Amino acid sequence: MAKIPEKTSILRTVDVNRSFGMVTAADNLNIEVGQGELVGIVGANGSGKTTFLNLITGYLRPESGRIQVMGRDTIGLPPRLVTKLGVARSFQIPQLYTNMSVLEGMLLSLAATSGKGTGIWKPLYRESWTAEGLDTLERFGLASYANRPVSELPEGGRKLLDIALSFALKPKLLLMDEPTSGVSIEDKFQVMDTLAKVLQEGEITTIFVEHDMDVIQRYSRRVLVFETGRVIADGEPERVMADPEVRKAVLGRV
Amino acid sequence: MNLLAVPRAALVASALMILLPLVVPGWIVFILTKVLFMSIAVMGVSVLLRGGLLTFGHALYYATGAYAVGFSVKWFGVQELLLLVPLGALSGLIMAALVGLIMARYREVFFAMLNLAFSMILFGALLKFYWVTGGTDGLAIGTATLLGIELPGDGFGYYYFSLAIAGVVTLVVYRFMASPAGYFLRALYDNEIRIEYSGVAVRQIIYRTYLLAGTLGGVSGVLAAFTIGHIVPEDAFWIQSGEFVFIALLGGFGGLPGPLMGALVYEFLQTYASKYFPLAWQMMMGIVMLLIILFQPGGLWAIYQRVEHRLGRRARGGENS
Repeated sequence: MAKIPEKTSILRTVDVNRSFGMVTAADNLNIEVGQGELVGIVGANGSGKTTFLNLITGYLRPESGRIQVMGRDTIGLPPRLVTKLGVARSFQIPQLYTNMSVLEGMLLSLAATSGKGTGIWKPLYRESWTAEGLDTLERFGLASYANRPVSELPEGGRKLLDIALSFALKPKLLLMDEPTSGVSIEDKFQVMDTLAKVLQEGEITTIFVEHDMDVIQRYSRRVLVFETGRVIADGEPERVMADPEVRKAVLGRV
Repeated sequence: MNLLAVPRAALVASALMILLPLVVPGWIVFILTKVLFMSIAVMGVSVLLRGGLLTFGHALYYATGAYAVGFSVKWFGVQELLLLVPLGALSGLIMAALVGLIMARYREVFFAMLNLAFSMILFGALLKFYWVTGGTDGLAIGTATLLGIELPGDGFGYYYFSLAIAGVVTLVVYRFMASPAGYFLRALYDNEIRIEYSGVAVRQIIYRTYLLAGTLGGVSGVLAAFTIGHIVPEDAFWIQSGEFVFIALLGGFGGLPGPLMGALVYEFLQTYASKYFPLAWQMMMGIVMLLIILFQPGGLWAIYQRVEHRLGRRARGGENS
C-alpha cells in the first residue's frame, strides 16, 4: 500500500460496503485522500468506480461503514448537502443547462456557491459573477463560447463545461467521472492539460475515474485500482501498473 | 439584436394600452380590463410553466383573491382598492405557502392534478358553506373606492387601476425571471440533476415560484371581483384554471408579454366567436389551440419574436450596405 501523504485528510472512507443484489459494488473500502492530491481511479467496467463516486456524493448510501469529508460524516446527507460541504462532481455524460448560454450556467454555479441561488430579486447577471464566470471560462478555454447556447458546444467543450460548472462551486474535493470519455484521442491530452493546470492553480483535491492508463500515468501520482468493488492496488501509477495482477484486472491481459 | 427594440416595443405597447380606452366604446374597455386581470393570473401560470410545471388548479388562487374581497365587503364593508389588492395578494400568498409545502415535492402530471384537486376542494367548500359564501348565488361586490373616492361607474377607473397593477406585476415577474431563482427555475425544466449537484434545493426554487404564482392569482381575483362586480364558486372551478392554461399556451410562456398577448386574443376571440358563432365558439377556440400547438408551440410571443428578429436583421442589413 502506498503511503498516505502527511497532509490534511480531505476524504476518508472506513470499511464502506455496498452491494446491488448479488453484485458487490463496494467491498470494505478504506481510502484516504489528502489535501491537493490528484488521484486516478482505474478498473474494468462494473468494478465499482462510479459507485464509489456515488457513495461519496450521497447519491448512494453505503450499507455499512463511514465516509468523512474534511472530518465530517456525510452518510445520510443528500447530494445537495454533500455539495455544500465542498464536494463537487462532474459526470460521465455532461449534465448541462442546454437551454441557456454557457456563461449563464457558470453564473448559476457562482450564485449557488455564494448561497444566493434562491434569490428572487437581484439579477443573476452581476458584475462580480460575470467577471468571475468569464475568467473561469477563459481558464477552461471556453471563453469564446461564453454567450453562445450550450447546445452549440462540441463534445470536448461539453465535458469541459461540465467540469467548469463544478469547479465554479469552489469545491474542496472535485470528483470527475471519466473526464476524457467521448473526447477524441487527439483532444484527450489537450483536455487533460487544461484540467490539470486549472486544478493545480486552484489547489483542488481531485479524484477522477479514467479508462486510459496513459492519461493516468501522465497526470496523477497516485492511482487506485478497483476490481469487483475492492481496491486491489493503491500507489504510484508506474509501480502499480508493473504488477501483473493489476494489468490483468485493468487491461484484461498481462 | 437591436438593444433599443425591446424597450421601444414595450413603450409602444404601454402607450397603446393607455390611449386605447379613450377611443373605443365602453364595452371594449370592459373586455380590456378583463384582459388585464386575466393576464396577471396567467403570468403566474406562465412562470410555473417555465419550470415545466403545469397547473390545472390555478383558479384556487384567483378565487381566493376574489373571495377575500367578497368577505371584506360583506363583513367589514371595506371597498378600498389600496387595502384589498394587498389583502388579495396576501391571501393568495398564504394559500400558496400552505399548499406549496405539498406541491414543491411534485412534478408533471402529479403537480397538475394535485393543484386541480386543491382548487376543487375550494370550489366544493364555496358551494357547501353557502351561509358564509352565498353558495351558488355567490356574493355581490359593489363598487370599489380608491383612496376613499368611489371609482367612476363607466369602467375607466377599473381599467386604469388594473393597468397600473399589471405594470407593477410585470416588473416583479421580470425581476424574478432575471434573478438566480428565475434561472434555476428554467434550469429545472432542463436539468434537475445539475441543480442538486450545485447545492441548491430544487424544492426551494419550486416553492418560491409557487408563492409568486399564488400571489398573482390572488391579485387577479381582486381585480376580477370588482370588474365583474359579482363572484361565484365557479371562479375556483377547473374550467377557470383551464382558461388560464389555454391563454398561457396561446400567448406563449417563453416571454414576459406572452400572457398579455394571449389574454388579448383570447378575450376578443371569445367575444366575437360567441357573437357570430353562438353554438360553435368552443369549437373555434379548439381550432385555434390546435393551430397554435401544431404550428406555433411558442405561442403568439414566438411569432412576434420572429417578426421582430427579421425586421431587426433587415434594419441592420440596411445599415451595412
